[in-house]
Amino acid sequence: MAAVEWSKSVGKDSAKPVRMRAGEAFVQALKDEGVEVIFGYPGGAVLPIYDILYSADIKHVLVRHEQGAAFMAEGYARATGRPAVCLATSGPGATNLVTGIANAYMDSIPVVFFTGNVATAAIGSDAFQEADITGITLPITKHNYLVKDARDLPRVIREAFHIASSGRPGPVLIDLPKDVTVAEIDYVYPERVDIPGYKPTYRGNMRQILEAAHAINLAERPVLYVGGGAVHSGAHEEVRALAEKANLPVAMTLMGLGVFPADHPLSLGMLGMHGTVAANWAVDRCDLLIACGARFDDRVTGDLSKFAPHAKVIHIDIDPAEISKNVVADIPIVGDLKLVLQDLIEKVQPKRPEAWLKQIDEWKKEYPLRYYPRDGEIMPQRVIEAIYEVTGGDAICTADVGQHQMWLAQYYGFKQPRSHISSGGLGAMGFGFPAAIGAAVGCPGRQVWSITGDGGFQMNLQELATVKSYNIPVKVAIINNSFLGMVRQWQELFFDRHYSHSDLHTNPDFVKIAEAYGVRGLRVTKEEELAPALEEAARHDGPFVLDIHVAREENVFPMIPSGKSVADMVGLKGRLES
Amino acid sequence: MKHILSILVQNRPGVLARVAGLFSRRGYNIESIAVGTTEDPDVSRMIIVVDAEERIVELIAKNVHKLIDVLKVQNLTHESYIDRELVLIKVNATPRTRSEIMQIVSIFRAHIVDVSDQSLVVEVTGDEGKIDAIVSLLRPFGIKEMVRTGRVAMARGAWSDEGQQQRPRVIA
Repeated sequence: MAAVEWSKSVGKDSAKPVRMRAGEAFVQALKDEGVEVIFGYPGGAVLPIYDILYSADIKHVLVRHEQGAAFMAEGYARATGRPAVCLATSGPGATNLVTGIANAYMDSIPVVFFTGNVATAAIGSDAFQEADITGITLPITKHNYLVKDARDLPRVIREAFHIASSGRPGPVLIDLPKDVTVAEIDYVYPERVDIPGYKPTYRGNMRQILEAAHAINLAERPVLYVGGGAVHSGAHEEVRALAEKANLPVAMTLMGLGVFPADHPLSLGMLGMHGTVAANWAVDRCDLLIACGARFDDRVTGDLSKFAPHAKVIHIDIDPAEISKNVVADIPIVGDLKLVLQDLIEKVQPKRPEAWLKQIDEWKKEYPLRYYPRDGEIMPQRVIEAIYEVTGGDAICTADVGQHQMWLAQYYGFKQPRSHISSGGLGAMGFGFPAAIGAAVGCPGRQVWSITGDGGFQMNLQELATVKSYNIPVKVAIINNSFLGMVRQWQELFFDRHYSHSDLHTNPDFVKIAEAYGVRGLRVTKEEELAPALEEAARHDGPFVLDIHVAREENVFPMIPSGKSVADMVGLKGRLES
Repeated sequence: MKHILSILVQNRPGVLARVAGLFSRRGYNIESIAVGTTEDPDVSRMIIVVDAEERIVELIAKNVHKLIDVLKVQNLTHESYIDRELVLIKVNATPRTRSEIMQIVSIFRAHIVDVSDQSLVVEVTGDEGKIDAIVSLLRPFGIKEMVRTGRVAMARGAWSDEGQQQRPRVIA
C-alpha cells in the first residue's frame, strides 16, 4: 500500500475520495480537525493505529498510565480551549481512562477519547483485553460510538469533535475494533455535520433577556455568580463589561476563577464552602442573583433551602437541563453565555448601588482571607503567595484535590481565564500533575505550575517519566504536610480528631524520586529557603520538583460545613474562634 | 403520579440503554416501556410509564432530551391522549368454570386464543382501567401467567409527528 500524503486538504467533501486504511483515515481525520497532539499509550488492540503513527507527522505524547493521558488531554483542552485527543488500547487501557472521562464530563471539557477494542467478531465473547467501554462510559460521556463499519469512521470522528466542542462541551468516546482499523475505505472528510437530535440553543430568548435586564435595573443588592460556563463560552470580556456597566459585585465558583480579575474592586473572590466571607454574605443578602454558566453545585450552595433566600434568580446556561435543577430560576435564559450577555449588556442601564457596594467593601475589609504565620513552619498559604510573586501572577496553575487546591483558589488571585485548572466536579486526586503536562504541551512559552499535595502527586507521579522524555518544563510544587490534609481537617472538625488512615508520614523522598526519573528536585523545609527555591525552579529550563514541607495541621478557612448554610460558616477570621 | 413519556429516538443500537439509564440513575423504576419503529424505519418511538413527581419527571425528560440520539420528548400526561395495552392472561379453567370465564371475556370484548383442559389464554386490549378490571375479575379463577406489552399511547387529534424534527420540542 502506497504511503498516504498527509495533508490538510486530503479528502475534503469537494476533493476526490482517497483510498486508505482506516488507521490512516483516523490520523487524516485528526489532521483535518486541526489536532496537533495525541496523548496515548499503545496496546494490542491499537497496534494497527500505532503502526500508522510510526510514520505519521502528528505529535504523540507517550504517557506512563492511561489515566495520565486522560488528564493530560483535559489539561490541554482546559488551557487552550481546543478539543483534545486521547488514545488507549482495549480492556484495561480503556478502563484506566474512566476516571479521566468522568472528570471531563463533570467539568464539561471537550476531549475525544479513542479506545481500541477486540475485533468485531469477538465483541461480547469476553475475549482477551475486552471491555464494554461504550457501556461503561454511557453515563459519563456526552456521547459515545462503537464503530463497526470502517466506512463510518470519518463521519463519526467529524461528529465526535462537533459534539465534544459545541453546546455544553464534554467528552466523546470512539471505540475502534481492531479489524475496523485495518479495513480499507474511501476517505472523504465530511465538511458538514447534521445530527437531527443535537441542535444546541445559542441565542437567548429576547423576551427573557429584556426581563433579566429589567430585574438588574431594579435590583438594589445584585450579585453576579460566575461559573465554568463563562470559561467555556469565552465570555470573560462580557462578564466584565456587564459587571462594570451596572456595578455588579462578582462571585466566582472554583471553575469560574480567572473569568473576572481577582484584584478588580468588584471581585468578591470565590463563593461556596471555602469561599470568602464577602462572597457568601453577599449571596446570602442579595435581592438578585445572576447565575452565568454555573450549576448551583452543592459545594456552592450548601443547604439549598437556605441558599440566597431573598434573591430573585436569573439563570443563564446553555444546558436546559441545568435550569431549575437545584434552585428554581425566576428568569431562565437558555443560550450561549457570551451571546446572551452581549444582548443583555445593551439593555442594562448604567447604575451604582452605592449602599450595597459600601456594605460589601466593609465585609471585604473586615473579613479578608487570612492566615496566621507560625515560627519555624512554612505556611501553605504563604507558598501560594510566593508562587504568585515568582510567576508575576501570570502562570497556568493546576491543582490536585484537597487543601492545597483550596489554598491555590484562595491565594493565587487569578486574573485570566484558563489560567486556573482544577478538578471541580469529580474532585479527582491525581489530576493536577498530568493536567499541567497537557497545559504545557498546549501552551508552549507559558509558565505552568502543578500545585499538588503529597497524596495526590503519588497518584500519578509516574508521569515524571513523560516530562523527562519530552523535557516538558512543568514546575511541581508539592505542598507536603504528610497528611491527606482535607481528610485530616474534616476528621479534626467532625470526627473527634480521629486521624483514621489520613497520616502519610511514611511518604517517600520526593526529591530522590524526581532524581530517579532524571528530573531536578529540591526540598524546602525553611521559610527563608522558599523564595530562592521557587526562583531556581522557575529559571530552570525543564521540569522541576519542589518538595515543600509545610505546617502539618493547618486548616482551610473560612468553611461552611457540608450541607450547612452561611449562618454556620466557621473560621471567618482565618481560624476557629475559641 | 404516573407519567407517560413519548420519546422519539434514532433507531440505533444502545439507545434504549442510554434512555433507561437516565431513569435508573435517579433511582426511578420504569413501570413499563414499549418500543417500536415509527412510520420512518430510521426512527423509533418509546412509550415509557414512570411513577414519579412532576419535577423529577421534568428533570429526567430534559436529560433524555440531551441524548444525542433522542429527537423529541413529550409528556402525554399533560395532553389528551389514547392509551392501550395488550395483555395475555393464562387462567385456570375447568369445564365447570369455563363458561363463566367466557362470559367475562365477552363482556370485555377480549378473546380466547388458546384452550386446554385446565386453562384458557385470554387476549385483552384496552386502557389501564379496562385491564385492571378484567385482571381483578379473572384473579379468583387463578391466573397462572400474565404477559403485558406495556402501554402504548398517542396524543389525540389531527396533529402528528410529521416534520417534527424541525418543530420546537415540547419539553426541552
